[in-house]
Amino acid sequence: MSRFRRWLGRIGLAFALFLIVSPAVLFFVWMLSLSVKFEVDNASYPPVFIPEHFNWGNYAAVLDSKRFSTYFTNSLIVTGASTAFALLVGVPAGYGLARMRAHKAAVVILIARITPGLSYLIPLFLLFQWLDLLGTLWPQIIIHLVVTVPIVIWIMIGYFETTPMELEESALIDGATRWQVFRYVALPIARPGIAVAFILAVIFSWNNFVFGIVLAGRETRTLPVAVYNMISFDQLSWGPLAAAALIVTLPVLLLTVFAQRQIVAGLTAGAVKGG
Amino acid sequence: MSAISQAGPAASEKAAAAGAEWRRPSYWPFVVPALVVVLAIIIFPWLFTIWMSLHEWKVGVPPTFVGLSNYIRLPGDTRFVEAVWHTLVYTALSVVLPVVFGTLAAVVFHAKFPMRGFLRGLFILPMMATPVAIALVWTMMFHPQLGILNYLLSLVGLPPQLWVFHPATVIPSLVMVETWQWTPLVMLIVLGGLAAIPAEPYESALIDGATRWQIFRYISLPLVMPFLFIASMIRMIDAVKSFDIIFAITQGGPGSASETINLYLYSVAFVYYDVGYASAIVVVFFALIVALAGALLRLRQSTHWNDAGGSA
Repeated sequence: MSRFRRWLGRIGLAFALFLIVSPAVLFFVWMLSLSVKFEVDNASYPPVFIPEHFNWGNYAAVLDSKRFSTYFTNSLIVTGASTAFALLVGVPAGYGLARMRAHKAAVVILIARITPGLSYLIPLFLLFQWLDLLGTLWPQIIIHLVVTVPIVIWIMIGYFETTPMELEESALIDGATRWQVFRYVALPIARPGIAVAFILAVIFSWNNFVFGIVLAGRETRTLPVAVYNMISFDQLSWGPLAAAALIVTLPVLLLTVFAQRQIVAGLTAGAVKGG
Repeated sequence: MSAISQAGPAASEKAAAAGAEWRRPSYWPFVVPALVVVLAIIIFPWLFTIWMSLHEWKVGVPPTFVGLSNYIRLPGDTRFVEAVWHTLVYTALSVVLPVVFGTLAAVVFHAKFPMRGFLRGLFILPMMATPVAIALVWTMMFHPQLGILNYLLSLVGLPPQLWVFHPATVIPSLVMVETWQWTPLVMLIVLGGLAAIPAEPYESALIDGATRWQIFRYISLPLVMPFLFIASMIRMIDAVKSFDIIFAITQGGPGSASETINLYLYSVAFVYYDVGYASAIVVVFFALIVALAGALLRLRQSTHWNDAGGSA
């Protein structure tokens, strides 16, 4: 009897898991299906799930276009630079704030978390206009710091609070400077925390859309903005659109599946989200 | 958020800190670079926004001081008032649905089973994926003639819907996307809460022969309540300023049926370039978010007080 109940429980759990995970999985499977079909199949009713003929040309068309490589490079530069800079200033700041027990400083981070991304855009847009930076990638790199810096500081405060102080204390007694303690004692221990901050900053910067639609020109678009612009131009060719969308979000999807442990740790600790 | 609730060191720590006062300032060099950045990209925009909101300023024309008249203009602006209503409806639905579904999902994920990490990774894909990319696919799925959603409805014998193409169904349809996207975050937060519950109450409940539902209702739920509150708070803050999904799928349409405050703000600032008025909207918008957060906090305290009163 009890074996039967356990067996029943296992079936129930499997069914519940199937119900819970399928909206996410089926969506991306459908996205993939749209992206490998010819227009005839995409425009047929009832819908075709697995086509007779695959159209990999949708991907080739996106990857071959000269614009795509420009936008991809733009995305890499904006996300790379804003994440690198955020780590450079945010990791030491997280360390300092954690050791000073300056919890009230976190209020500023909280305000940044609550403020809608659009509200930074108005003043900073005017500033960039005045500095004559529009048309370069600088405005986007700078404004993406609004996303990346709070994530890094927030996660690093949390992380440094959990790392043991004893080693640092003894290094100080041995005559090390504060900087040496940070560089050779605290930083190596904090590597997992830095990885979490890095991954989340990269994802939320890569995904950001609102800053790009205002600040990006024809040559300075990042990938999310470029994909959005595709919608307005050819509404009806679903295959290439879905292929482009999948290419844009694929790096993030892969990162999520392979680094899910770090992502889950970071999100549950800080529950941060950019924008 | 937990860092803030811990604010204010304990008395014993304070005494220890007083002895170590001489070395405290030496941590400042670590913080200063970030402080400069935060001043430039967070504090400066805020001060500039408040200053702008007191001026009549369209891009290209020099600003003139007008006092509070931008704010006085807001209640009479029907498009703004409607946007506030849309935002409140959208937010309420986008808090309640993900919190309900996320809690149920967390209960399932709390069990031990093979490939748990991998399945959890799949489950959180919607919230990590690029919003514009998924918005684009949702737009195709909402298509009244060729979309897969109407096909799925036809399979269970329901009539086709116009989804985001009809004023009456546009907000529920967008909430569906938002719920699909953000249920995982609620799940993760509640899952963290469930993991923190000690095993003893479960063991004694099992010995006493409690059912699965009773265990959930009388043990798990009260203990994860604080986490549900945190999840609701985060969900509220994100839903109220939701932009990418709405902008990419409907741009506030049809007509202005799904125009939230954030969407209207975009139009005022970057279509009409009325930056003075837009800045006033930003300030009021922020005040609204703080007020909603305060209301949630109040709600929590009052229920907590009732619980305490009931048990006394």
